Amino acid sequence: MATLKDIQTKIVAVKKTKQITRAMNMVAASRLRGAQTNMEAFRPYALKFAEVLGSLAERSAGEDNPLLTPRDEVKKIHIVLCTSDRGLCGGFNVNLVSKAQSIFRDKAGVNITISFTNFGKKGRDWCRKSKKIIGRVHLGVVGAKFGFNVASTEGRKLVEEYLSGTYDEVYVVYAEFISLARQVPVIKQILPIPPIEAAEQADEAEDADYMPEHICEPSPNELLEEMLPRNVYVQLYSALLETSTSEHAARMMAMDNATKACNDMIENLTIVYNKARQAAITAELMDIVGGAEALR
Amino acid sequence: MAGSIRLEIVTPEKLVVSDEAEIVMAPGVLGEFGVLVNHTPFMTTLKVGTIHYKDSSGQERFVFVSGGFAEALPDKVTVLAESAERIQDIDMERAKSAMERAQKRLAETDDAAVDFTRAKGALERAMHRVRLAEMRLS
Repeated sequence: MATLKDIQTKIVAVKKTKQITRAMNMVAASRLRGAQTNMEAFRPYALKFAEVLGSLAERSAGEDNPLLTPRDEVKKIHIVLCTSDRGLCGGFNVNLVSKAQSIFRDKAGVNITISFTNFGKKGRDWCRKSKKIIGRVHLGVVGAKFGFNVASTEGRKLVEEYLSGTYDEVYVVYAEFISLARQVPVIKQILPIPPIEAAEQADEAEDADYMPEHICEPSPNELLEEMLPRNVYVQLYSALLETSTSEHAARMMAMDNATKACNDMIENLTIVYNKARQAAITAELMDIVGGAEALR
Repeated sequence: MAGSIRLEIVTPEKLVVSDEAEIVMAPGVLGEFGVLVNHTPFMTTLKVGTIHYKDSSGQERFVFVSGGFAEALPDKVTVLAESAERIQDIDMERAKSAMERAQKRLAETDDAAVDFTRAKGALERAMHRVRLAEMRLS
């Protein structure tokens, strides 16, 4: 049976753990705010970009652009896996990795090679352990402060490699931030670019006087050619932003749960401690009473 | 002037400029162009360069852009740039060191290399920044 001293030591230990988890929770919360600000700062650009791209795509339809045309034979798939660098964020990375694994199941062809570009240490560790082909690795991006240039540098390389035939399809796996409590791992195809939908209905209602008939300089097709690679960067950047925000949210929740669990443990241990103390006092009293009886 | 146009310069990282302007001059790929109010809808890609506009108080303002797109509507000009800085935000030191770096790389690589075009782009951007920053100082 645990002695009083043992239980006390345990309580102290749990209290210390609780302090750490609570501190991590607060750090994650403040980083989350930063990440969300970045996401919001990106939104005007993304919306406008989608709008312009949509209206251009509509008007230059029928033109073949290598970035838009799917290849007949898909043999080489590349996955950009976005995970966090650090752990202690619940099932966040596990979910992302299993999403990436699902590609292997879906495309279980004999002659398909799948390679990876990793953003984040956890994803890289998984790739290493399961002996996947690893291309480039970027650490210190997800969850930290990063600029658009990170996405455009990587995006440019992906486009170049796609065009030169190193890959036939490129996907990005990332965590979509839905709410504080929900982050969903998502697979998105970024190359070849899936058919572009014209500006969404909701957008049209917003600016009803939007006139799609622009004079274009150079031609719509050339403009589209300029914009398509950028679309890849934009998608990649948004995936990275989403993953960062999700990471902090996931860590915040995980640490919140851990703090709660600590509280429960402290409560239970305190009850056990009090019981043991009472038992010891009772035993001592019995001793004294017993001794006194014997002396009489 | 009959009225003013809304100028918005957006980068993925932030909204750099949101201002009323009387006239906007921007570096299109096919040449510099100016936009006044009631311009016909127009879209073009931009070169690395400077957008300058006159704000409602008639003061001239300068913004560096590293390429991108511009869309002009009768009452609004939207610029989508990968990066943009107002003249007062340009970091002279950084631009200068970027320029030196790019020059060094240009000297080392040969014309055929992919790095060459990239370094050239970097040099162009850095030079524009430095020129603008010098203008601010003078």
